Amino acid sequence: MKRSFPLRRWAVSELEERRGERWAERVGALLDEGLRVVTAFARSEGTDVIATALLQSGDGELELVRGRLDRAHGYHSLTPTHPAMHCFEREMHEQTGLRIGAHPWLKPLRYEGIAASSAMGAHPFYKIQGKEVHEVQVGPVHAGVIEPGAFRFMCLGERVHHLEIQLGYQHRGVEALLLKGDARSKAQLVETIAGDSSIAHGLAYASAIEALSGLDADPGLERGRAIGLELERVAMHLAGLSGLAGDVGFLQGATTWGRLRTTAINTSMRLCGSRFGRGWIRPGESRASADGALLEVVRSNLALMVRDTATVNDLFLSSATVRHRFQRAGTLTHAQALDIGLVGLPARACGVELDQRAYGLGVYGEHPMERTTEASGDCWARALVRIREIDRSLSWLARILEGMSSLDAVRRPVGELAAGQLVASLSEGWRGEVVHCLETGADGRLVHYKVQDPSLRNWFGLALAVRENDISDFPICNKSFDLSYCGHDL
Amino acid sequence: MLKALRVLRSQGDQFIGDLRGAVPTGHRGRPVIGAAPCPDGCEACVRVCPTAAITADPVRIDLARCVFCNECALACPEEKIVFTPEPRMSADRPEGLVVTADRPTPTPVATSEALRRMFGRSLKLRQVSAGGCNGCELELNALANVNFDLQRYGIEWVASPRHADGLVLTGPISSHMAEALQLSWDAMPEPRFLVSFGACALSGGLYADSAELDRSFLSRFSPSLLVPGCPPHPLTFVQGILDLLGIR
Repeated sequence: MKRSFPLRRWAVSELEERRGERWAERVGALLDEGLRVVTAFARSEGTDVIATALLQSGDGELELVRGRLDRAHGYHSLTPTHPAMHCFEREMHEQTGLRIGAHPWLKPLRYEGIAASSAMGAHPFYKIQGKEVHEVQVGPVHAGVIEPGAFRFMCLGERVHHLEIQLGYQHRGVEALLLKGDARSKAQLVETIAGDSSIAHGLAYASAIEALSGLDADPGLERGRAIGLELERVAMHLAGLSGLAGDVGFLQGATTWGRLRTTAINTSMRLCGSRFGRGWIRPGESRASADGALLEVVRSNLALMVRDTATVNDLFLSSATVRHRFQRAGTLTHAQALDIGLVGLPARACGVELDQRAYGLGVYGEHPMERTTEASGDCWARALVRIREIDRSLSWLARILEGMSSLDAVRRPVGELAAGQLVASLSEGWRGEVVHCLETGADGRLVHYKVQDPSLRNWFGLALAVRENDISDFPICNKSFDLSYCGHDL
Repeated sequence: MLKALRVLRSQGDQFIGDLRGAVPTGHRGRPVIGAAPCPDGCEACVRVCPTAAITADPVRIDLARCVFCNECALACPEEKIVFTPEPRMSADRPEGLVVTADRPTPTPVATSEALRRMFGRSLKLRQVSAGGCNGCELELNALANVNFDLQRYGIEWVASPRHADGLVLTGPISSHMAEALQLSWDAMPEPRFLVSFGACALSGGLYADSAELDRSFLSRFSPSLLVPGCPPHPLTFVQGILDLLGIR
């Protein structure tokens, strides 16, 4: 069996190193040919900056464009012609000081470095002026039990003209810590990059480490991990629906989806000891296990979720007040989604056919998973995508467990990492695609670890979605995207 | 209407009746350390611990640092360490969180007479996440769901620190959150108290070595309740707070 998600390894010495503008020209040309940017990142090497862009074709193949740029000279920004590049160029500039000419908005993503705390407070937000306009500042501490981030609304009366999002409060140095010590022992840290996506990040990390150490994909590993990933998706989609329902006062939805999430996470706990799937995945390992009796418990929990979600979904979908609140609220168009490089759940809610599970690889070749899309791009569409993805994941889980007499922990030895390699490893978490890129130096130690949570790209989608909406609809817009602060801030 | 009734019937009763006595099946909770001596010079458990929570010969685990990842238990050649489903392990001071073979459970949380009198029948909590990964935040949110239903004891989350009696801190305190945390605390009226929830808040956890933290807040204010875990199970918090407030 192959790996279940796109993964590719390159020997660094065989990569063509494009100088200066040639790097950006090549990236631009591939984007014009219809490839999609997955990530772009950079690291310093003396006065040079090594830039790497990862692109994906429609059939899931990964392409790499490598460049060596002079930090002070830099290159001409791609963002004006390819807006999806905006966050990557901002991050490259912030992390290496690389000059990126004519970028429209080189605002730091997360103000890395302690000295920058004061700069954060002094950030010049966009301003709006006029007689009827006002601004609303929310955060960094919010009114709920939730992570911090700041939102500045520029409003005309009750209507939001623009939202500027300020993040970075959660920055705790993940990428620097990933470079310390043995790269093979970072699973616990990886599980907290975005703690509600422990499996999605753990899977991308473990696959990358295995590829670097020369361990081939293993059917037992692929199956065990995918079960964890789909359980995580079900649990977090249920949590999201419960929150959305609570935000519009649909209390039966809030309580019923909420307790069904408890069933989902307690199922993970029975299999691996943690409600968040922690300890399920290690490089070379899938530790979840169940004997026949426990598998019966898992099957009956799945059956209960199928039965009871159907009942509450039926009530939700036929409720006029719910439709009234969610339909045409927080709308993004298909064209906007493609332009800004939206990924995952909100992209599929705009009709973008993007799901890393849908290439029929590995376990998703054995048990295919359809893409779930909706056309309307509003809060309603994002709720519908969740509802249908829960249905599909539950029936997928039932299929993969069918006839299984036990779920066995799998352990394969993981050797030293190969020197001079670059690996890009993806997974599709409940929010969207998770990307881990690791590069080893001549001694086999990591020289770069680039982590990307889907939130990095999708926060800007939220900012666009609330334009011309009532400010009172912000909570449902925000919850419908359900993005990670710590996954963005790293 | 019929659809609403069908949902109501499917929902049934979901609350956990005995929060104090509940033990979650399958949960990786409080570790138990066997009394057998360690083989000479064996430090297998120490080497695999990602947070330096453990010292060998005799084995000693600091639950303030432990992330309950099970690596030490798997590494020990003598199989001396076993993580049990037991959620009860909160303490009211850091030294209470160290467990050994001789001292298998953390020092129980002592009831604070002052806190009991003031908040025993009504407690409003404000949560501040300062670099938390949303694991702790989700488990704290779960306290208010239909299963844990902490409101039954008059304990509730509030939106503003001005309405709060206690601040529940999660995360290792990223330097960018240090000021906002202090401002939230300053906005709370006296009397007030602090709860540290999860390994990150208690010790820095997996982020203890990061240069991007500012934990000076904790050198000025000490938590009255320490809740270990990564993230802690909601029951670990429930049992600790009920003990602290003397709620039977």
